[in-house]
Amino acid sequence: MGKLISKIPDGPLAEKWTRYKASVKLVNPANKKKIEIIVVGTGLSGAGAASALGELGYSVKNFCYQDSPRRAHSVAAQGGINAAKNYQNDGDSTYRLFYDMIKGGDFRAREGNVYRAAEVSNQVIDHFTALGVPFARDYGGTLDTRSFGGVQVSRTFYAKGQTGQQCLLGCYSSLNRQIKKGNVKMFPRREMLDLVVIDGRARGIITRNLITGEIERHGAHAVVLATGGYGTIYYLSTLAVNSNASAAWKAHRKGAFFANPSFVQIHPTSVPQLNEFQSKLTLMSESLRNDGRIWVPKSKGDKRPANDIPEDERDYYLERRYPTFGNLVPRDVASRAAKERCDAGYGIGESGLAVNLDFRDAINKQGKKAIENKYGNLFDMYKTITGIDSYDEPMRIYPAGHYTMGGLWVDYELMTTIPGLYAIGESNFSDHGANRLGASSLMQAAGDGYFVLPNTISNYLADQISVAKIATDKPEFADAEKAATERIDKLMSIKGKHTASSFHKRLGKIMWDYVGMSRNEAGLKKALELVKELKDEFWKDLNIPGSAADLNMELEKAGRVADYFDLAQLLINDALDRKESCGAHFREEYQTPDGEALRNDKEFAYVAAWEYAGEGKPHILHKEELKFEEVEMKVRSYK
Amino acid sequence: MNLKLKIWRQKNAGAKGNFATYRMEDVSPEMSFLEMLDALNKKLVEEDKEPVAFDHDCREGICGSCGMYINGHPHGPVPAVTTCLLSMRYFSDGDTIWVEPWRAKPFPVIKDLIVDRSAFDKIQIAGGFISINAGAAPEANSILAQKKNADAAFDSSICIGCGACVAACKNASAMLFVSAKISQFALLPQGRIEAKERVREMVEKMDELGFGNCSNTGACEAECPKEIKLTNIARLNREYYKAF
Ligand SMILES: Cc1cc2nc3c(=O)[nH]c(=O)nc-3n(C[C@H](O)[C@H](O)[C@H](O)COP(=O)(O)OP(=O)(O)OC[C@H]3O[C@@H](n4cnc5c(N)ncnc54)[C@H](O)[C@@H]3O)c2cc1C
Ligand code: SF4
Ligand code: FES
Repeated sequence: MGKLISKIPDGPLAEKWTRYKASVKLVNPANKKKIEIIVVGTGLSGAGAASALGELGYSVKNFCYQDSPRRAHSVAAQGGINAAKNYQNDGDSTYRLFYDMIKGGDFRAREGNVYRAAEVSNQVIDHFTALGVPFARDYGGTLDTRSFGGVQVSRTFYAKGQTGQQCLLGCYSSLNRQIKKGNVKMFPRREMLDLVVIDGRARGIITRNLITGEIERHGAHAVVLATGGYGTIYYLSTLAVNSNASAAWKAHRKGAFFANPSFVQIHPTSVPQLNEFQSKLTLMSESLRNDGRIWVPKSKGDKRPANDIPEDERDYYLERRYPTFGNLVPRDVASRAAKERCDAGYGIGESGLAVNLDFRDAINKQGKKAIENKYGNLFDMYKTITGIDSYDEPMRIYPAGHYTMGGLWVDYELMTTIPGLYAIGESNFSDHGANRLGASSLMQAAGDGYFVLPNTISNYLADQISVAKIATDKPEFADAEKAATERIDKLMSIKGKHTASSFHKRLGKIMWDYVGMSRNEAGLKKALELVKELKDEFWKDLNIPGSAADLNMELEKAGRVADYFDLAQLLINDALDRKESCGAHFREEYQTPDGEALRNDKEFAYVAAWEYAGEGKPHILHKEELKFEEVEMKVRSYK
Repeated sequence: MNLKLKIWRQKNAGAKGNFATYRMEDVSPEMSFLEMLDALNKKLVEEDKEPVAFDHDCREGICGSCGMYINGHPHGPVPAVTTCLLSMRYFSDGDTIWVEPWRAKPFPVIKDLIVDRSAFDKIQIAGGFISINAGAAPEANSILAQKKNADAAFDSSICIGCGACVAACKNASAMLFVSAKISQFALLPQGRIEAKERVREMVEKMDELGFGNCSNTGACEAECPKEIKLTNIARLNREYYKAF
């Protein structure tokens, strides 16, 4: 396999994208109709891409596993979406947004891609506004912003705590317009089971119709994956429970490299696990840390109700450790600090796996009304879930798996290592380095879909106009279909005792305990063994009742869990291989004397792109060196 | 707590369904309704029986996937929550709980508690959009909107497309759902330009798909987990009369 070529255009950082667009090959409008493109996923990235490609006149086929494209997991994003508009006159600019992302990502992302993401952010806000997304406004009628995620400017556009929903419904509406026009054909309740590669190019996918169980073949000139992140590898996470890595993993097995799989963001403020049957963890927006103070009791195992613990017996550990940033330290730092206290025996609640997020002082100072105005819907949601009124007593929170910076390796054009296969949104690895800043994922997903991909894909498709419609009776389709069917048969015929979810839950526990917020060599090696044992047990003891030729949710889950075992092994190996601490990846062996992350730029300033080498064989590591021409690599400090 | 569940089981669209009885022991009040069903399904799978099929995804009340009739109410007896956020602490030891799919002609049952809501997508495809291509948008702040209108548009736009309003309505009317989208766009300057075509086409599609008429009963508003208001329907009616 050749070297990784990132295809970053020449020229000064601020001109790269303009130059690229000026020189990219175009497809004649008359030829676009004849070109078919498959887009898998209907989140901000997928629905954005399908709409924009439809608007350009291509023939698009769009897939999702839900019953409607409007339910893609982007719908759950809460806090907001960034753009470098500088509406507040507070010194923001494309460069500053770029710099914040590069630094926030702990210098493990590509300058060229990140700059472009910042650059298209303004177009994203213009487009959403024109589509009728009801962003918050000021009294003069202009758009309002708030500050988010520990940056010094106010650049986050929002629609109460439901920004993701509003942006996604905007994407859904533009998608619907293209469906009406006949430019996009929608295939809901379909799960992609495999990628079809012909003569080294992505030419189609195999799907399962989730209602009838039918295995289907779909051909196209190019395939775009917009299938989201793999945070549910921890079982409990803030993601929708059916989120999965299967589409990306299948593409990986067919030749697409997987980059930085171990870079997973653990969000510090989620509702803790309440019972053993719990199926998901609900996020409490990061914005709460603007007014809430985080603390645990000073003495171990103190189980008194929070309000009975006097002031001098409380440890506001973030304010103690990070006097400058206090409760507003970045997500990775806040999460690790919570874990440290709980592991040391200071956690609260029955499980000891929670800390207090206390609004008492803020309410005393600003009044209940002010707090209600800012966070009313979050307090309501917390009460719906826990029954606790956090105006009277502190919220209990704990970190949870949230976002995967890792994903399919892509070049500047968002193409994977398989020609004709693209990955956009959270499914690729590109823009967030080792840690993502708040409100920058919606921005990147929508930017990729509406504004980047539609430009870059024409560079590839310009050479494809003479290629006839891809026929699905080719042997490569038949082989892929056969492999998919055989795997289903294999899963169905295990006929053991246990549910797919029970294995998923056990896998999640291993990942959380050894490959979560902090990692060490011995633990990672142990995790590898445990995952392997559990995987063997899964393939011996799984049970799926019913038939594969029918709606069968146990079968759907089993396929996803089976892929997670393989991804878990790669994720652990990646974490083992990266002998440094950076961003969300904290290796206990590499820390400063006071417990902060210790990066090793000399040896690890690279993207780890892993090549699949075949069943049971070790993956092959390819390193894409990260060159910083514009910014200087610095130590992140929040003290 | 111990519960008796009466759950609608139906193999597929064509099959005849019926209620099956299950006993659940040691249900924790901290579980959500769907987690309680997860526990039932785990037991069924371990006995090699087919689990109860239901739609769900986000499990935090925002995606609109979940939805079932629980003791005669869409999303259960507690106001303003979706099924996935319905806590078991609202039930008591010894309760019998009846669980059924949405019952409405335009939403045929697919299996057990899963129904086909694609009619909702069809209505949105008919006109639930503003016609603008990526790249053509003007600078965002060149479109000004009064804060009170923008806030009202937001309140309408939070509909999650769950279908509870249709299931609650004796006429299976989709007026609340359609009016939420119509209102969102009617209240924003960007949406005014195509207001007439939009309302005509969405209403026409709604009728064509077999949703019933609105007779102002208000069951939809009472059962809507997102508290979408009947005033949206009044606005839809006004927009509709203006459109001819
Ligand atoms: C609780 C929460 C809050 C968040 N808040 C914010 C925020 O405030 N700001 C921010 O910027 N970011 C936020 N994020 C992150 C952000 O929401 C996501 O990263 C982003 O929306 C991902 O969009 P996407 O288009 O890549 O994928 P998704 O929206 O996840 O969509 C994935 C799509 O792929 C489809 N799919 C997946 N697998 C298959 C398959 N095998 N076959 C067929 N289809 C498949 C699904 O059906 C779906 O349509 C939040 C995330 C979470 C979990
Ligand atoms: S109006 Fe309410 S009940 Fe009807 S689909 Fe929307 S959210 Fe559901
Ligand atoms: S599962 Fe998403 S709203 Fe209930």
